[in-house]
Amino acid sequence: MTVAGFDEEITVIPRWRRIGGHMLQSRAACVGATILLILFVLALFAPWIAPYDPFKIDPIHRLAAPSAAHWIGTDEVGRDLASRIIYGTRYFLLICLVTAAISSSIGTLLGLLAGAGSPLVDGVIMRFIDILLAFPYILMVLVVVAVAGPSLWTGMVAVGIAGIPGYARLVRSTVLTVRQEDYVTVARALGASRREILFGTILPNVLSPLIVYLAFATPLSALIASALSFVGLGAQPPAPEWGAMLVNSRTYLFSAWWAVAAPGLALCISIFGMNILGNGLRDVLDPRNA
Amino acid sequence: MTTPPLLDVEGLHVRYPVSRDVFGRPTGHVSAVDGVDFTLENGETLGLVGESGCGKSTLGRAVVALEPAAEGTVRFRGYDFARLSDDELKQQRRFGQFIFQNPRTSFDPRRSVGASVRMALDIQRLFRPRERDEAVAEIFRKVGLGPEHRARYPHELSGGQLQRIGIARALVLQPQLIVCDEPVSALDVSVQAQILNLLKDLRGEFDLALLFVSHNLAVVEYIADRVAVMYYGRIVEITSRRRLFDNPLHPYTHALLESVPSMDLAHRDDPAPKLGDPPDPTHLPSGCRFRNRCPRAFDLCREADPETVEVEPGHAVACWAVRGVDRARARETSATITKTEETT
Repeated sequence: MTVAGFDEEITVIPRWRRIGGHMLQSRAACVGATILLILFVLALFAPWIAPYDPFKIDPIHRLAAPSAAHWIGTDEVGRDLASRIIYGTRYFLLICLVTAAISSSIGTLLGLLAGAGSPLVDGVIMRFIDILLAFPYILMVLVVVAVAGPSLWTGMVAVGIAGIPGYARLVRSTVLTVRQEDYVTVARALGASRREILFGTILPNVLSPLIVYLAFATPLSALIASALSFVGLGAQPPAPEWGAMLVNSRTYLFSAWWAVAAPGLALCISIFGMNILGNGLRDVLDPRNA
Repeated sequence: MTTPPLLDVEGLHVRYPVSRDVFGRPTGHVSAVDGVDFTLENGETLGLVGESGCGKSTLGRAVVALEPAAEGTVRFRGYDFARLSDDELKQQRRFGQFIFQNPRTSFDPRRSVGASVRMALDIQRLFRPRERDEAVAEIFRKVGLGPEHRARYPHELSGGQLQRIGIARALVLQPQLIVCDEPVSALDVSVQAQILNLLKDLRGEFDLALLFVSHNLAVVEYIADRVAVMYYGRIVEITSRRRLFDNPLHPYTHALLESVPSMDLAHRDDPAPKLGDPPDPTHLPSGCRFRNRCPRAFDLCREADPETVEVEPGHAVACWAVRGVDRARARETSATITKTEETT
C-alpha cells in the first residue's frame, strides 16, 4: 500500500556521518579538532619526534636563543625547550583526561540521581553540591592538595573534585527537562521500569549538552591544574609539565623570553583549540541541526 | 453472571498539587478528575469531549495508570490498578496503550522510529528477540508504511507518518484498549481523515476498544459509539452517539453542540448562546459546577451537586433541571446520600 506523499525516497544518512558532515562545515570545530589531534600525535610519538632528551642538562648552552640546533631555545639549565614542550603534551592530555573523568563521571551520576530520584534524594544531593559550590573553586582545590600533599596526582584529583558541581547541576536540570517529554511518558506506558527509562531513554538525551560542557570545562580544569603546578602544588620539577616549566623560567623573562613564552603559548593554543572545538560541537549537536 | 467490562471506572478522583510548603509537601489541590464513573466494553469506542482544562486528558491518562487515583478505582480487565505489584502492572500495561496528541514530541529524537517500536516489544518481551524486527515490519505495513521507514528518525518524517507509527507502537503489543488523547488535533485536516479511517479499520481488525479524547465534536461523532461529555472533572452526560447528537439533555452539551460552526445558512443568524467565562478550577461554584454559566440554573443548583444518574436507559445526565427534580425531592436525595456516606 502506498500512501500519498511517501513516493519520494530519502536516502537515510547515519547519525554519526551527519554529525561528521556538520563538523566539516564548521571551521571552528575543524581548527579545534586539528589542534587536539596534533596534541595527541605529539604525546603518542614524543620519543620519536622530540630531538633531545627532555631531562638532559647542558649547562654550557643554558638559556640559548632559538636556533637550528634548539628550535625554540633552551631553559635555565640547558634542556631543549622543544623537546620539553612535546613531552609536556603528555602531561596536558593526562590532566585533561583524569580531571574530566573524575568530574564528569561523579557529576553525571549525582545529577542523574538528583534529577530522577525522589524529592528527598534530590534535596540531599543538591544541598551537598551547594556546599561544594559555596567554596571558591581555587580554595577547594587548595584544601584538597593541602590535605593530601602536593603532587601531580593529588592536583588532578583536587581539580576533578572541584569540577563535580558543574556537571551535577547541568545533568540534573537536563534530566528534569527530558523527564517531562512525552516520549518518556510513552516509555512508562509501555511498561519500562524506572531504571530502563533513566539509562535507556533519559541518559542518551542528556549526552549532547554533556559533551558540549565537557569540551568547555576540561580546558578550564587543565588550566587550573597547570596553575597548581605553577604555585608548586601540582606536578613537581623537573617534570616537563607546562605550568611547572613556567615557574623556573619566569625569573629570566627579560633575558630569555622564549623560555617563558614556549610553555605559556603551548598552554594557550591547546586550551584555545579545545574551546573552539566546544563551540563547534555546540552548534553541531544542536538537535535543530542534526 | 455477565463477564466484567473491559474497563470499569468507579468514583475516580485524580488530584494535582497546586501549592507546596517549604518541604515540598503539597498543601493545595485541584481535582482534575472529580468523581467519575463509566464502563467500557470490549471493542467499543467511547468519545470523551469537553473544553480544554476539563480533565479529559487526565482521565485518559488515569485509565492506563499514568496518573494515580487519589480516590476510587480503575478496574482494567478485572484488575484494580492500585492493588497490582510493579510486575503485574507491567503485564497489564501491555493491554492498555496510549497515543499522544503530538506525534513530534512522543518519539525519542535519538532513536529511529523502528527502534522506538521495537523498544515496546523489548520491554514487554513479546516474541523471540530475532522475530521482533519482523513483527515491527509487519505492524508498519498494517498502518500503511513500508519497512524502509523503520530506519528513519522522527525529524525526517511528517506528522501524519509519525502518528501512524505512534499507532503502530501501541498496536504492536496487541492491546485490548487504546487511549487516544487528541490523536488528530495536531495534524492537517486532510491527514486527520486518513488517521481516523486507519483507526477505524484497525479497531475492527484487532477488536480494539478506544477511549477517544477530543475537543472536536465532528471527529467524535465520526468515530465514537458512545460519547461522554466532561465538565471540570465530572462527566455531565453520557450516552450513545446518536442520542447525544440528536437529543442532548444537559445544558452544557447543548451549548457545546451549538458552538460548532455551521455551514447551514438557515441557522446562520441564530446567535450562539453565551457561556460566559470558565470558572477557576481551584474554586468551583457551590452545588452544580456548571450553574454560573447555565441558562437553566435555579436556586436548587446553588445548594446541591447533582449526581450523574440515568434519566432513560443508557442515558445518564448530571442536572437537576433535566431530572425535573424540585427542591423538596432533592433535599431527600441529598439527605440519603449524606446518610449513606456517613454509614460507609
